[in-house]
Amino acid sequence: MQPDISVKHLNKVYADGFRALNDINLDIKRGEIFALLGPNGAGKTTLISIICGIVNLSDGEVNAAGYDIVKDYRKARESIGLVPQELNTDAFETVWDAVSFSRGLFGKAPAPDHIEKVLKDLSLWDKRNNRIMSLSGGMKRRVMIAKALSHEPRILFLDEPTAGVDVELRRDMWEMVRKLRENGVTIILTTHYIEEAEEMADRIGVIRQGEIILVEDKSRLMSKLGKKELRLHLQNPLENIPGELTLEPVDLSDDGYELIYTFDSQQEQAGVARLLRTLGDLGIEYRDLQTRESSLEEIFVGLVHE
Amino acid sequence: MNLYGVRAIYNFEMARMRRTLMQSVASPVISTSLYFVVFGSAIGSRMGDIDNISYGAYIIPGLVMLSLLMQSISNASFGIYMPKFSGTIYELLSAPVSYLEVVLGYVGAAATKSVILGVIILITAKLFVDYDVLHPFWMFAFLVLTSITFSLFGFIIGIWADGFEKLQIVPLMIVTPLVFLGGTFYSIEMLPEIWQTISLFNPVVYLISGFRWAFYGVSDVHVGISVGMTLLFLTACMVAVWWIFKTGYRLRS
Repeated sequence: MQPDISVKHLNKVYADGFRALNDINLDIKRGEIFALLGPNGAGKTTLISIICGIVNLSDGEVNAAGYDIVKDYRKARESIGLVPQELNTDAFETVWDAVSFSRGLFGKAPAPDHIEKVLKDLSLWDKRNNRIMSLSGGMKRRVMIAKALSHEPRILFLDEPTAGVDVELRRDMWEMVRKLRENGVTIILTTHYIEEAEEMADRIGVIRQGEIILVEDKSRLMSKLGKKELRLHLQNPLENIPGELTLEPVDLSDDGYELIYTFDSQQEQAGVARLLRTLGDLGIEYRDLQTRESSLEEIFVGLVHE
Repeated sequence: MNLYGVRAIYNFEMARMRRTLMQSVASPVISTSLYFVVFGSAIGSRMGDIDNISYGAYIIPGLVMLSLLMQSISNASFGIYMPKFSGTIYELLSAPVSYLEVVLGYVGAAATKSVILGVIILITAKLFVDYDVLHPFWMFAFLVLTSITFSLFGFIIGIWADGFEKLQIVPLMIVTPLVFLGGTFYSIEMLPEIWQTISLFNPVVYLISGFRWAFYGVSDVHVGISVGMTLLFLTACMVAVWWIFKTGYRLRS
């Protein structure tokens, strides 16, 4: 199937010589939720801005919904909705007017029914006649989402959508994202909250210093790069790690009551058995044991600091 | 052509005018009326006629031009500067609209406001000064053409400006002196010869002269030259706008 967004050899060098993106290649499939992770200044927003038409590309080719974003910019942009990172809204317009304006701007005939549905889905219906300046920050964020959805885009960009947003709105937002995906909308999001990507995304891309360093299925990424940890709660504290275990990746907690063994989740599991056998031979008894997989956050931190 | 897009921008801008009725309509009408009271009724009665036209009537075309120029520039420049300032420009830049459609929306709305304002001022002037319009069609044509041209000029200023100060500089520091020295209050022929020549470098002279010809049939320069100069300035503005969108100047990095 043709990708919904296809980025080929994309470069961006700003006028001051700063190279924001370096030979980016990326395909995003129709109907998936793709999370773009990366530290501040890595180029996430630049990449999104180029695809949406806000920033000019220096070199390369980008297609959205099958249309070249430069030659066929109308068709490409009609299919895209963008919720930018900054909370930029009109002030004096009412919610209804602002959202209707967006729909017209994107070339769609007025559809009060659709606008009504979007506003209701985002709990904005009661505020439809309020001026945007009178709304709280969270409500303004909802207005920006409503504007992005006003023209029924098939691709939705959410740039840091939950930054500074309360728990309720965040939950509503994820509910909405799930519903949109069920309706076949492709969603690309950037976030600082890695647990969100972990919970929502189908695939994850990591960008660092303007380069895509990894694109992977979320579950495969977590099993491939994730570490597992086995914690043994000891009956009696140890003062040192026994000599027989010094070759194994074992740590001892400060109080001496816990032995922590880390291993790659893909590695053959013989290590655990060997460890437990050795402990038995040494007569070290344990009350309890637990294993834990590393979170995406730990994987991410590991990746960008490599 | 994204007509819905053009309409959205146009309606958005017209709604802004309705919200700011005091500022965009009432205040220019009041300040122009003050000129009519002072120079038309009060001092005007002691001034001699110019080209056989009473002084109060003589200054009407120039005063209408003054408001038209100032309001066209400030409306259009503010219209495009505000989204840049508030950051909502992202939506315009990511929308499927061509630069022609953006210009039609913003400049169309600004020019519409100016034409409405010009008509209101002309009606108000009737209350203070008695005047007739010899060539109503040409009078209206000049009104529309000037509104479009200077709205386009204002649009360029709005894109160029990176602060509120710059937004004010051009109308206050450049346009106002040009209008005052462009024959609003006197005929260019009343000036010493050297200043007559210098005045011909002032583009506003041609606008006021042509506009006054449409009212009274008298002009400082031939009306054909006035039309030609206005169209020349309009073309220059269109080229500048075309260049701005082609290069993304101050819009797309």
